[in-house]
Amino acid sequence: MIPALFPTRQQRPARYRIRRIAIEAGSVVLGATILIWSLIPVYNMFLIAVDPTGHNEFTWEIWPSQATLHAFIALWTGDVEDVRDVWPQFGNSIYIGVFVMGFTVLISSLVSFAIGRMHLARSWMLTNTALLTYILPSSTLIIPFQRVMHAYGLLDNPWAAIAAEVTFATPYAILVLLHTAKLIPIELDDAARIDGASVVQLYLRIYVPLMAPALAAVGAYALLFAWNDYFYQYMLLMSERNTTVAMALEQFFDDDDAPWNYMMAIAILYSLPPIAIFYALRRYMAAGLTAGGTSG
Amino acid sequence: MNGISGVLAVKGPVAAGRPRMPAWRGHLHGSDLTWSILFIVPYAALFAAFVIYPIGYALWMGSDPALYAELLSDPRYLRAAVNTVLFVGLAVNLQMILALLLSGFFMRRRRWIRALLVIYILPWTLPAVPAYLSFHWMFVAYPQGLPNNLLERLFGIEGPFWFDQRWLALACDIAANVWKWMPLWTLALLGGRMSIPQDLYDAADVDGASLYQRFAYITVPLLANLYLISTLVSTIWTFGDYAPVLFVSGGSPAFGSEVVSTLGFHYALDYANPPLAVAAGLSVLPLLIPAVILLMHRLKSTEVQL
Repeated sequence: MIPALFPTRQQRPARYRIRRIAIEAGSVVLGATILIWSLIPVYNMFLIAVDPTGHNEFTWEIWPSQATLHAFIALWTGDVEDVRDVWPQFGNSIYIGVFVMGFTVLISSLVSFAIGRMHLARSWMLTNTALLTYILPSSTLIIPFQRVMHAYGLLDNPWAAIAAEVTFATPYAILVLLHTAKLIPIELDDAARIDGASVVQLYLRIYVPLMAPALAAVGAYALLFAWNDYFYQYMLLMSERNTTVAMALEQFFDDDDAPWNYMMAIAILYSLPPIAIFYALRRYMAAGLTAGGTSG
Repeated sequence: MNGISGVLAVKGPVAAGRPRMPAWRGHLHGSDLTWSILFIVPYAALFAAFVIYPIGYALWMGSDPALYAELLSDPRYLRAAVNTVLFVGLAVNLQMILALLLSGFFMRRRRWIRALLVIYILPWTLPAVPAYLSFHWMFVAYPQGLPNNLLERLFGIEGPFWFDQRWLALACDIAANVWKWMPLWTLALLGGRMSIPQDLYDAADVDGASLYQRFAYITVPLLANLYLISTLVSTIWTFGDYAPVLFVSGGSPAFGSEVVSTLGFHYALDYANPPLAVAAGLSVLPLLIPAVILLMHRLKSTEVQL
């Protein structure tokens, strides 16, 4: 038997044990609260979507006995007048989202490369200029934006919404990328230059591959930005042909007799793509977010 | 995870990036300069076409002083201005303080806490319109909506008509905004906490520091800069965030919970008076401009620290 030099767990004073139990119990309670808080609105969407008539009363059945996938099936078969256009609307949302993602990644990566890797003088002024985008609330800027789009002849054109969303997503993306770019040693560029690499090669062969996780994070962020937007799409796209899912959901909101179960079924389907992308890119998102959190 | 190190106010291993380059490096050759400019051109074009022009247009639209006199004589505007300050002030601070505390909780190394984090970020990934519509239908159903039902069953309280009272309606909007955006800031601060060197906490343990002391004397000073930057970004975004008010309370009762950005929509769309809407938006500039300038300053001084 070796005499205990240090008190073992059992020999510690009781107050430590009590404290540890209290901490454990506290975190279980906190965890349960977080779980309920995070899931209740999602659960509510689900409850309304599976209700046969779309009632939003809560009857204390955790799994409603009358649950039906009727709303989802109707979306698929297109039997219901209200939701006949849902697939073209999804097409429009995806069209806008994909181009917002692509252009945000392309433009912000080019700018962040020029600012972060090219030793430009006073490059911080460029970053500050980009931040000027946020000087007016985006909800105010939409009004002149609509007139400007009219002047450009882009009104009721998906590209107007794409331009608006890229405009607002890019400054944040630049900040995130600039911060991540600092973690890549500049000596890599210098070495490649000595080997005769051109600027374009530096960008394509070093910057883009090493920044791939951050670029993925920025792309996912841009997609979420496009997916969150409602008002720019509403103000810039008028015709039925260009209606997006976000706009269609709002039309349900205005109508008191609207079939809410269909609305919530659409809402759930609409929520799936960003969720899928976020969880698929979870590892990269964390890295990108950290940088995003630090610099904006 | 060391992306955060830049803003941690520590010198030493965490903050040591590459050696600081002078602002102007002499070797920017002619062709490099050309390429840099070419790389910036797409953004410059975007900025000129979709930022400078619309902002200039907005300033021109809102340049008539009579518009502001009209705003000030509209009781709906005054109410909306108070609501905006409350909405932004409460929503931003609530989500930031809770995010700071919860990021500490998510630092605990337990498998179930890791799993919980995955569910916790769900609200942030959910698109705004469906999420806020769900809030709306939850609160608007009377007396059988989910929150009222819970109040009745758990506490025996008869739930209110949530959107019949200005403050309750505004509280619902704030709750929805906090629900959606808190996960983003929790993740940012979690990243910040992860890059604080563990030795600091170990040293504090040796000195017998309490949990509170560890938080107040290590975590808070080291996260202060990140916290400030996050708060500023969140403030700037929340000023422009119409979605919670538009979709959760819908501004009821009778413009009672309207904020400046949603009131602007009514001016522009229902009253066909876009200049008044722009003026309403410009009226928050005295609050927004200092936030943007402070953010620029913090970001720049952070860069200098690297």
